[in-house]
Amino acid sequence: MIQAILVFNNHGKPRLVRFYQRFEWLSFTNPLGKASANFSPLATELDGSVPALQLLQGHICDERAVVQLDRLQPIPQVVDAIVCDKLTVGHTEYSKLRTMYRKLDYRPISCLNIFFQPEEIQQQIVRETFHLVLKRDDNICNFLEGGSLIGGSDYKLIYRHYATLYFVFCVDSSESELGILDLIQVFVETLDKCFENVCELDLIFHMDKVHYILQEVVMGGMVLETNMNEIVAQMEAQNRLEKSEGGLSAAPARAVSAVKNMNLPEIPRNINIGDLNIKVPNLSQFV
Amino acid sequence: MPMLVLENHVSVTIVHFLSLGLPAKYISQCIDEIKQELKQDNIAVKANAVCKLTYLQMLGYDISWAAFNIIEVMSASKFTFKRIGYLAASQCFHEGTDVIMLTTNQIRKDLSSPSQYDTGVALTGLSCFVTPDLARDLANDIMTLMSHTKPYIRKKAVLIMYKVFLKYPESLRPAFPRLKEKLEDPDPGVQSAAVNVICELARRNPKNYLSLAPLFFKLMTSSTNNWVLIKIIKLFGALTPLEPRLGKKLIEPLTNLIHSTSAMSLLYECVNTVIAVLISLSSGMPNHSASIQLCVQKLRILIEDSDQNLKYLGLLAMSKILRTHPKSVQSHKDLILQCLDDKDESIRLRALDLLYGMVSKKNLMEIVKRLMTHVDKAEGTTYRDELLTKIIDICSQSNYQYITNFEWYISILVELTRLEGTRHGHLIAAQMLDVAIRVKAIRKFAVSQMSALLDSAHLVASSTQRNGICEVLYAAAWICGEFSEHLQEPHQTLEAMLRPKVTTLPGHIQAVYVQNVVKLYASILQQQEQAAEAEAAQEVTQIMVERLPQFVQSADLEVQERASCILQLVKHVQKLQAKGVPVAEEVSALFAGELNPVAPKAQKKVPVPEGLDLDAWINEPPSDSESEDEKPKAIFHDEEQRQARHRQPEVDEEELARRREARKQEQANNPFYIKSSPSPQKRYQDAPGVEHIPVVQIDLSVPLKVPGVPMSDQYVKLEEERRHRQRLEKDKKKRRKKEKKGKHRRHSSLPTESDEDIAPAQQVDIVTEEMPENALPSDEDDKDPNDPYRALDIDLDKPLADSEKLPIQKHRNAENSKSPEKEDVPVVEKKSKKPKKKEKKHKEREREKDKKKEKEKKAEDLDFWLSTTPPPATTPTPIPSMEELGVNAVTTPANTCEGPKREEAEDEDDEAEQDPERKFTRHKKKKHKKEKEERTKDKKKVKKKQPEPGEEAAGPVENGAAEEEPIPPMSSYCLLAENSYIKMTYDIQASLQKDSQVTVSIILENQSSSFLKNMELNVLDSLNAKMARPEGSSVHDGVPVPFQLPPGVSNEAQFVFTIQSIIMAQKLKGTLSFIAKDASGATHEKLDFRLHFSCSSYLVTTPCYSDAFAKLLESGDLSMSSIKVDGISMSFQNLLAKICFHHHFSVVERVDSCASMYSRSIQGHHVCLLVKKGEHMVSVDGKCSDCILLSNLLEEMKATLAQC
Repeated sequence: MIQAILVFNNHGKPRLVRFYQRFEWLSFTNPLGKASANFSPLATELDGSVPALQLLQGHICDERAVVQLDRLQPIPQVVDAIVCDKLTVGHTEYSKLRTMYRKLDYRPISCLNIFFQPEEIQQQIVRETFHLVLKRDDNICNFLEGGSLIGGSDYKLIYRHYATLYFVFCVDSSESELGILDLIQVFVETLDKCFENVCELDLIFHMDKVHYILQEVVMGGMVLETNMNEIVAQMEAQNRLEKSEGGLSAAPARAVSAVKNMNLPEIPRNINIGDLNIKVPNLSQFV
Repeated sequence: MPMLVLENHVSVTIVHFLSLGLPAKYISQCIDEIKQELKQDNIAVKANAVCKLTYLQMLGYDISWAAFNIIEVMSASKFTFKRIGYLAASQCFHEGTDVIMLTTNQIRKDLSSPSQYDTGVALTGLSCFVTPDLARDLANDIMTLMSHTKPYIRKKAVLIMYKVFLKYPESLRPAFPRLKEKLEDPDPGVQSAAVNVICELARRNPKNYLSLAPLFFKLMTSSTNNWVLIKIIKLFGALTPLEPRLGKKLIEPLTNLIHSTSAMSLLYECVNTVIAVLISLSSGMPNHSASIQLCVQKLRILIEDSDQNLKYLGLLAMSKILRTHPKSVQSHKDLILQCLDDKDESIRLRALDLLYGMVSKKNLMEIVKRLMTHVDKAEGTTYRDELLTKIIDICSQSNYQYITNFEWYISILVELTRLEGTRHGHLIAAQMLDVAIRVKAIRKFAVSQMSALLDSAHLVASSTQRNGICEVLYAAAWICGEFSEHLQEPHQTLEAMLRPKVTTLPGHIQAVYVQNVVKLYASILQQQEQAAEAEAAQEVTQIMVERLPQFVQSADLEVQERASCILQLVKHVQKLQAKGVPVAEEVSALFAGELNPVAPKAQKKVPVPEGLDLDAWINEPPSDSESEDEKPKAIFHDEEQRQARHRQPEVDEEELARRREARKQEQANNPFYIKSSPSPQKRYQDAPGVEHIPVVQIDLSVPLKVPGVPMSDQYVKLEEERRHRQRLEKDKKKRRKKEKKGKHRRHSSLPTESDEDIAPAQQVDIVTEEMPENALPSDEDDKDPNDPYRALDIDLDKPLADSEKLPIQKHRNAENSKSPEKEDVPVVEKKSKKPKKKEKKHKEREREKDKKKEKEKKAEDLDFWLSTTPPPATTPTPIPSMEELGVNAVTTPANTCEGPKREEAEDEDDEAEQDPERKFTRHKKKKHKKEKEERTKDKKKVKKKQPEPGEEAAGPVENGAAEEEPIPPMSSYCLLAENSYIKMTYDIQASLQKDSQVTVSIILENQSSSFLKNMELNVLDSLNAKMARPEGSSVHDGVPVPFQLPPGVSNEAQFVFTIQSIIMAQKLKGTLSFIAKDASGATHEKLDFRLHFSCSSYLVTTPCYSDAFAKLLESGDLSMSSIKVDGISMSFQNLLAKICFHHHFSVVERVDSCASMYSRSIQGHHVCLLVKKGEHMVSVDGKCSDCILLSNLLEEMKATLAQC
């Protein structure tokens, strides 16, 4: 299974984020870096009462936060506060948490888990993956054993670097490493065909189209099609269908006027998009 | 161009988002704008807004608030908008999204849309957010899509089934036949999808998919798609460990592929699978060195390749070989050591992994030396930390197996403490502690090293930088304290531990310091009192009193508490010393006794003592009733206590002695009770105990004290010299006396031959970890009960049961479940339903039992066994016999081995014995055979059980337990009607859930060469019995049969009947009408039949316990009747089986040739039987709450028995 597909540029800006697995919670012990700033003002308001502790939810904590919690010493309450609010917790996570809760007596507080918005986690993962990948030279191998955020030892990051963009696939052991490398190649070449000389801007302005192409290649984490001609043919057929429906042109005048009324001067002028063209290297012997 | 403008709108917004830093204010402004757009009625505006939201989601903003709008867009009629909606949904919906249940009908509509792209988009979207509810509701729709005409839809439907299985495991069995069929789909994409899904399923629970091996084997030899090949080869890699014979078969084609393919990815996977095969074979067949050589060769090529990716993978695969064939890898040590210098960290890490398995006694020191140089060079801390853990792993693996010189190891550990900023201080500390505790001979040396560590200032200083290396001091302090008798200069160490700087250390280390200072102090006191230096002793006490207060002021609770406690103690000692009282004995008594290591799993393995119920209440739970008065209760309670107290002194000496004994026993079983005597647990066999390690008496040629902190390199040289000397010595001895040789060897079971010459330098006394007595030898410690894949551990070879159908949204009755797609795939239906025939013979309940007991089917419950014996309904877990492989091998030029052929021949014999009426497929044959084996196994069990007569007499003897002869196969299907076109057999089943309803299953078999369609079954209802018809149809209408029959095919249809009174048997007249179509044209045909509802068919097999049975008989509400049948030659066991099977009874109790049986009708009548067997005759006495029912039943039984 493919767990996630991430595309980001040289600056770590996400260009395509597609997760096939849900990450609902993270361990406290993860060094999460900058984001902990969110927590600090909150921590000062904490008085150890349960409602205050509930505020903890959805906030990223780091060692400092642990220290704060340690000072308050409300361990069971914190967990209660989190466990009670089932709404933010998926079922499996909830049962995991329960087991952890039972063990809590023997564990230091740093094993507590706090829940995050999935989007926040996704951003964390993108960021972490970016830092992992950025460090690597172009002439070293394209496999990375999973970062601390995605999965465990079973997971690998397989990436390719094209011009300004990194294409990263996070896969488990059921996928062939070299196969995935070829799949990335197929995906990029398909993009190249569909957009005619694809560049980073294409990915930005046609974010939805990129997703649709991806959907023809990978579905729900499993490889659907590896034949490029087939993928391109399906995409063209769908584009024709869309055209025959008139595309988005059926939009009313109101939307048009909304554009006109927009405060254009406020839009930042200097947008540095960087080196645009993705160079497609030679195809390997696959497919 | 309005379209352009609008697209620009999206783009402009996106360009906004692009601006680095993304001002939150701007985003919130955008979201407000989007909210405005979502409020509009125009779907295009909404879709546009949702599209923008999807972009925002990618940037990390929560868009779940718009879930409802997304659903609105999803349900748009235009593909353009629908696609946007589904995309947004796939990005942000999940199981917790509450509006997701609103989508069920929309998705169903889209799935059945005439446009393939609508369907495709819905499938893609669903694959990302399918929930258990959605999976249950849509499974059937998706299953029909699996046979869609368009391959585009088929492949998507096949892939999504995996997600459905995960969320709704019950769907796996019903859908599996069709999934299997898709493996041979004409479209390569669909085929690849099916392979993908099955591989994914098989990865989690491989044993259930072994029976597919022949099919995959065929695919492997025929497919040209590399993706499919890779998947299949990977799958075989997972299957081979379960079935070594499969491996043998695979080796040849795989080797061919390795030689022929040009695709590296395929080559690599082939090598991987060959490795897996070799691993699985390694136990039985050693003659595959050629294959191993080939693999290692190919891997060497990969590793030497300039492509870093190949290098990495080569190392990865190499580590797999290493596990089983270390020797063939060890010859490439040069290459791997070379990889340690690679610039790529991933490759270095892989090479490190390999090193782990390559060490031996000979090269350990050399390899570690090399790693130490890397440690010095390593720039990044993560890699350095990794090196550090690897060094420790390598050295400590399998109980320090490869370490011959522990002084060297300790000095390596000490050298590692010089690393700045490592996180693994605690790891080093743990090793130090472990070695010092378990290797007694090394303690003296360890203590000297540790005291040096305590002395050196750099560790304490580094603690201020908050890095982990100061953890080492924890171990150092403890070792110096615990083994203080070995200290050379205890005074100096004491001073070092009481230095003011120590207070900067973390709390838990300080606590250890404080505690061990006292241990040290105690031993100093002892020494000095023995030497009669009272003044020196008082001096030491004075130092303690002066220095300890610094710890008393500590902020750490633990340190403070210990320090203040100890301070008081020392002050007291001081007083005593002033009086000249000898105190050393008493002070050191504080720390008497020795610590033994306990195995990490010991706690878990303590068996629950017999008679201890952990769930029982210790005290009675407080009663809920508040009406009870408190006071009288208290008085009563008090009284009881007084009585108890009063009684206590009466306990005599004997009782006390007994109790003491019991307590001792208890303590012996307690892993945490530290025993004074050497514990008996050391005799525990699993771990290499102390006595397994031969004590080697060698003059220590290595100086025990190396001045200062030693360099481990010195040891390498010394060790070489030592070994050399040893060899010489040994040679001499050999010449002198051959018998003496053994004495100098280490245990002969040590793995490598070359190792055994090297004797350890120390008297190695590795204390094994203790385990509790009677530890349970379970290895199931690490299973995660929450594993979602566990639910998919489903036996797929078992025939489908009635209950296992995908829920259909329509009416539940069989007549109504006709779906349009079914007509397209009659063959599939047949495949999936055929096994059902056999299953049919059983009652629903038993089937459920079957499932549960599948795993423990050889358990004592022979009742269950008997009931399943007659038909081969419950097949044991599939053992893929080579027979199948052999058959398939016809397609390949591979050699078929002898064994399978013989098996096949046996099979044919088996078949000859079968009822000629039945047509057995190969598949069934196999099952039958296996079932026979099963039976014999069970019989063996029974034999074993017999020598316990007490048990047999007490418990009810299960059906036919003692019999030897096999039970002939039985079928409850009897002929309904037959003509030249069609043959109908039927069986009637009652269910307890619906009283007064029975299901009639009719198997229709096309005997002609025409195509039969439009079949319709009509029955003339009687007052008592009525056929259930679809709503709205009159009593004269027939019920359509939901399938068509191509020539030679049979299928089964079910019809429900409502019965008023069940006490009488009855017959219903009916007609089957159908159209027979052949080359010459179509004719309308009819077939009349009479459906016979016997009284037995209203009975439901219900298990009954003997006491309940006795009560029932005693109640006297039952009327009685009896029959006798003469001329019976059948064994009693078979007789009972026959009654159980045909008349739905269960055996309550059986004694010799007498048995009581019980059953229940669907309307709740109890029927009890007493069956006695004499010479050639059987008598049956029956009791029933309805006498007419009973007499009818007995008549039927008589007819059955007469045939015996």
